[in-house]
Amino acid sequence: MSDYLEKMDHVTDAADPAYGDTEIQNYTINFGPQHPAAHGVLRLVMELDGEIVERCDPHVGLLHRGTEKLIEYKTYMQALPYFDRLDYCSPLGMEHSYVLAVEKLLNLEVPLRAQYLRVFFAELTRICNHMLNLGSHVMDVGAMTPNLWLFEIREDCLNFFERASGARMHSAYFRPGGVHQDVPLKLLTDIAEWLDTRLPRLFEDAMSLVVDNRIFKQRNVDIAIVGKEDALKWGFSGPMLRGSGIAWDVRKAQPYDVYDRMDFDVPVGTAYDCYDRFMVRVEEVRQSARIMKQCLNEMPEGPIASFDRKVSPPKRGEMKRSMEALIHHFKLYTEGFHVPAGEVYVATESPKGEFGVYLVSDGSNKPYRCKIRPTAFSHLQAMDFLMKGHMLADTTAVLGAMDIVFGECDR
Amino acid sequence: MGHSAPKIVNPEGIAEEIGALLGSMLIETIDHADELTFIVARDDLANAMIALRDMAHYQQLMEVAGVDYPERPERFEVAYHLLSVTRNHRIRVKVSTDEDTPVPTVTHLWPVAGWLEREVFDMYGVVFDGNTDLRRILTDYGFKGHPQRKDFPLTGYVELRYSEEDKRVVYEPVKLAQDFRSFDFMSPWEGAQYVLPGDEKAAAPAAPAAPAAASTPKVTEKKGVSGAGEPTDSAANKKSEDKA
Repeated sequence: MSDYLEKMDHVTDAADPAYGDTEIQNYTINFGPQHPAAHGVLRLVMELDGEIVERCDPHVGLLHRGTEKLIEYKTYMQALPYFDRLDYCSPLGMEHSYVLAVEKLLNLEVPLRAQYLRVFFAELTRICNHMLNLGSHVMDVGAMTPNLWLFEIREDCLNFFERASGARMHSAYFRPGGVHQDVPLKLLTDIAEWLDTRLPRLFEDAMSLVVDNRIFKQRNVDIAIVGKEDALKWGFSGPMLRGSGIAWDVRKAQPYDVYDRMDFDVPVGTAYDCYDRFMVRVEEVRQSARIMKQCLNEMPEGPIASFDRKVSPPKRGEMKRSMEALIHHFKLYTEGFHVPAGEVYVATESPKGEFGVYLVSDGSNKPYRCKIRPTAFSHLQAMDFLMKGHMLADTTAVLGAMDIVFGECDR
Repeated sequence: MGHSAPKIVNPEGIAEEIGALLGSMLIETIDHADELTFIVARDDLANAMIALRDMAHYQQLMEVAGVDYPERPERFEVAYHLLSVTRNHRIRVKVSTDEDTPVPTVTHLWPVAGWLEREVFDMYGVVFDGNTDLRRILTDYGFKGHPQRKDFPLTGYVELRYSEEDKRVVYEPVKLAQDFRSFDFMSPWEGAQYVLPGDEKAAAPAAPAAPAAASTPKVTEKKGVSGAGEPTDSAANKKSEDKA
């Protein structure tokens, strides 16, 4: 062995690769599409130099279901449940953009209680979504316990959705013109109590384990720093944009429904790294709880859907007595409503960022084109830019801080 | 009060400002539902975008959306949605193109356009000149066709299944167990442009199979012709007279 090393000491010629400085090639690996930290079906083709990521090419589309094409063959009402299935972690956030787009084309006024209910459940969705994301982010970088605690909260949220709409995840609760049905008073009082007691206790307990944790910080601080300029160029939105220090929130800047009546703060990052993105989401949960409490205080009694019978179906009780109501019901559930020709782009602040719907109508009862602007598509595209020069193990932290769900990315 | 969608206030004189900025590059300005759309000449797209980003402060490209209008000579529209976080405003910039004519890329202005253009290419077959990475993105590896075109069937052309014999996934032509059902809700009273099945005769103005109308109407001159009333047989008449 020693004489071999002695011999090697003097070999420096790369042109003779028989021994000594042989050329080594970069190693290309597949991350996913079955890797649990890929958050679904992401295939990352990574070129590694040792443990340093040189190039990273995300392959998406493994969950492409042709949602946009399917929507073109459905009436406006039938198209709604497809939105639940886009980002299945925050279904009502997706529905919100769609119903607002349809209402904008119809120029339809929505009763105040319905607007409050929508904001209320959209914020509950935000809490629900962040519980999954924060939990899986900490689990991706090695901690198990906080995820289990946060799933307790998520379970509570899903139970509330079930009590409001009948479905735990794919609620299909929002409708053009309002919401599908009113909520019982007991549900609102239960959520109020939950907001005051169980949510802060579980959430703050879980966060106390994470936010100052040495290992968690080592894995996230100064990882994937994105400056303001770059964040704008790469089309970032939501917590990714706020994590890069830009105080942009569609709920504040272009308020929809009753967000202009709500009092809440927009957290921004200061170091623009993965840890900031995580902390922005942590603060958003607290702000969401604040918005929900305001909704509960201010929510008026009244109708929960538009009285425009050409758009919003009548109550079942009414149908039993009124011939006209019966005709409206029949027409709405067979033909659906016609939407005036035109095109709108409506973007709302979904839990993951700006979720937009570009709706083109030709005046018929089916959308001519419904382009969905997913948040994850732009964020994931920046993966190569974010990962260059980072270690392989940072991939999971960067992905976790992006909050990607493939139902939405691939559509 | 109207709808409750995100409130976007168009700044005073914004259409004129951008119109002046774009100058001859601008073809048409559309103001619909409080949203401004600027249709620009296809070849000037990159220059128009530079002006909008650097002079008019539309920093972010949020979305690139294709739309297919098969009846138009330039059948595809590509709509770029821009957002200004400083002016708190959104605009839409549109160009139109056909299957063969490339649209200039904007990847050098916004790197985010890379995937957005790839998606439009994948879905519609619109080519972007200057995009160095124009691969398919959402469809399967080795997919043929552009699924969002209006003439692409909803069911597609191929289906895949796992073959137990071959121990791999195989592709086959689509076989529908039930005919594809497409209902249309055009009211027959509101100018439907087609003939309902079984309704072909109703639409014909004068059925050609029917005999030409006689110049003089045919009348029944005698009772016997009609076959009604008393028997017309002469002997029978005589007999009845005798009886009377």
